[in-house]
Amino acid sequence: MILHGADDVLKLDASAVDYGLVALYFVFVLGIGLLARRQVSTSLDFFLSGRSLPAWVTGLAFISANLGAVEIMGMSANGAQIGMATMHYYWIGAVPAMLFLGVVMMPFYYGSKVRSVPEFMRRRFGTGAHLTNAISFAVAQLLIAGVNLYLLATIVNALLGWPLWVSLIAAGAVVLTYTALGGLSAAIYNEVLQFFVIVAALTPLTIAGLHRVGGIGGLVDQVEAGPAGDTMLSSWPGEALTGFDSPVWSVIGIVMGLGFVLSFGYWTTNFVEVQRAMASNSMSAARSAPIIGSFPKMFIPFIIVIPGIIASVLVPQITQLKEGQGDGSVTYNDAILLLIRDLLPNGMLGIAIAGLLASFMAGMAANISAFNTVFSYDIWQQYVRKDKPDNYYTSVGRVATVVATVVAIFTALLASGYSNLMDYLQTLFGFFNAPLFATFILGMFWKRMTSTAGWAGLASGTIGAVLVAVLSEDALGPLSIGAIPLSGQGASFVAAGAAFVVDIVVSVLVTFATQPKPEKELRGLVYSLTPREDRVDPDEHLLPWYRRPTRLAGISLVLVVALNIIFH
Amino acid sequence: MSSDEKSPSESIRQSADAQDARAVRAFDIRTIVGVLLGIYGVVIFIMGLTASDADLEMDAGFNLNLWTGVALIVVSAGFLIWVRLRPLVVPRPGADADEAHLE
Repeated sequence: MILHGADDVLKLDASAVDYGLVALYFVFVLGIGLLARRQVSTSLDFFLSGRSLPAWVTGLAFISANLGAVEIMGMSANGAQIGMATMHYYWIGAVPAMLFLGVVMMPFYYGSKVRSVPEFMRRRFGTGAHLTNAISFAVAQLLIAGVNLYLLATIVNALLGWPLWVSLIAAGAVVLTYTALGGLSAAIYNEVLQFFVIVAALTPLTIAGLHRVGGIGGLVDQVEAGPAGDTMLSSWPGEALTGFDSPVWSVIGIVMGLGFVLSFGYWTTNFVEVQRAMASNSMSAARSAPIIGSFPKMFIPFIIVIPGIIASVLVPQITQLKEGQGDGSVTYNDAILLLIRDLLPNGMLGIAIAGLLASFMAGMAANISAFNTVFSYDIWQQYVRKDKPDNYYTSVGRVATVVATVVAIFTALLASGYSNLMDYLQTLFGFFNAPLFATFILGMFWKRMTSTAGWAGLASGTIGAVLVAVLSEDALGPLSIGAIPLSGQGASFVAAGAAFVVDIVVSVLVTFATQPKPEKELRGLVYSLTPREDRVDPDEHLLPWYRRPTRLAGISLVLVVALNIIFH
Repeated sequence: MSSDEKSPSESIRQSADAQDARAVRAFDIRTIVGVLLGIYGVVIFIMGLTASDADLEMDAGFNLNLWTGVALIVVSAGFLIWVRLRPLVVPRPGADADEAHLE
């Protein structure tokens, strides 16, 4: 996602009232940081909110942490470009994995009292897999925080005309202030606030857009009359998404590649997400967090993807782009910004700018709060300074937050010069993620799986994914040689699939050749060695239905299937 | 590693004197969301009321500020009523720790 430099096309006509509404938002953000500081007395308070938050808060933070610049700009761009098939990123590529995390995996994460996902890795497989996982995760977070910050700065530059370096430092300073003061509580509370402001900005935008095109019927008519025709209106088989010619393979690619390997790898093992659920106040709340999050997650595309589709018929620049007559002044990534420019009056405009800035900052804050936890607990405490008093690690976390922010600012500056490089680096770190789900799921359900199998499976899975990417047409840019005819999303689905299969095969083979860990060390980490009372709240049957994770997951699953049928 | 075994609410209990109790109440995220959305709602509602005909032209005759303002005020009221009806129970030293949780 590259946004062009300062260009007057996107310049918004913000008034004093709009600036006032944005400023008010910043007062709230910093106020939350100051208030949250008063609740920090142990390192667990700082890194995991003292495991004290209710499920609806951690559930909203769970999806909000992901609702950053890449998501809002990128998914509305997909909506403008390929239409309803974009819904798969939510209904197939997120909701099932979130439900799986809550129902199946969270009992092990929360019940074993680990403080991070890499720490689970260390308890289950020892230090070999742990060190690699902790370092690759920490470095990837710095990189992504930098990319988020860069996007934020380019958007502030385009919308308000601030120079790049001013917005980089201003945004960096705001994020630093509240995460260093209040730790995870401040980050989570801001994510919840951000969620409501984004919804308050994008819902009226969608309604105004629909009103302008003549309602849903008018939108359907205009899209059908457009260059892409009615392929934009159906989500299945989604060839535009996968880049596959065959509809059958496209469906298989979406279900297995996006729905299974990629999304399960991301949602169930990414500590940025899991950390939010770990901050919950009880086992049933921790399990409910991703499940509660799945409800807004399945409906939020209606105010992100649909505006993209509306922009494709309503905004002249995007319409020209679709007809292949764009003059290069805008890209699909600008779709939602152009719609905001054309539809929102002053007042609403201020709320929309506040919402966008909020979401971009929250994305960066999420990366930084996950980074400082993994750095302090998994790298510093484990390998550098072991037996210090607890408040020492809180200080380490604060220092790590400062350093991470400075690094992110420099990464953002680097990204402004070499944006392709950033894309490839992100793809590369994706390869470390691809096999994680295979190792976790085997490790949780197969007590014999050995420590050696843990790191060997991860390493070979990563190599498998890199190999597919190199052989594909464009997954790694100039490094790809084009030996197999795969490109775009299709290539990353196949790469992730290869990582999964190779990881499983290698893990199984290595396990039979090596010695398993003693069973007493695996209690709480492996299904068959964890008594039921460790996995489920003993009084869960006393809770009302809306607080019982499995009931909620069932309702969510029915709803997401219904959405797929209605909008096929 | 000592914090590892600590029960989640111990730290809250230790610091729960009267002053902190007030801070916890002000720090209820429902209050924060309710107040921010409420201020936003009132501001754009007023902007909608005072909109000129030219402004309405841009909206194609549909006063977006006014109606969004009304919706935000209603949602804000919902949050603040929720806080009133189910207030955050602040734990006293020695009280049952489970009451510390937001409902």
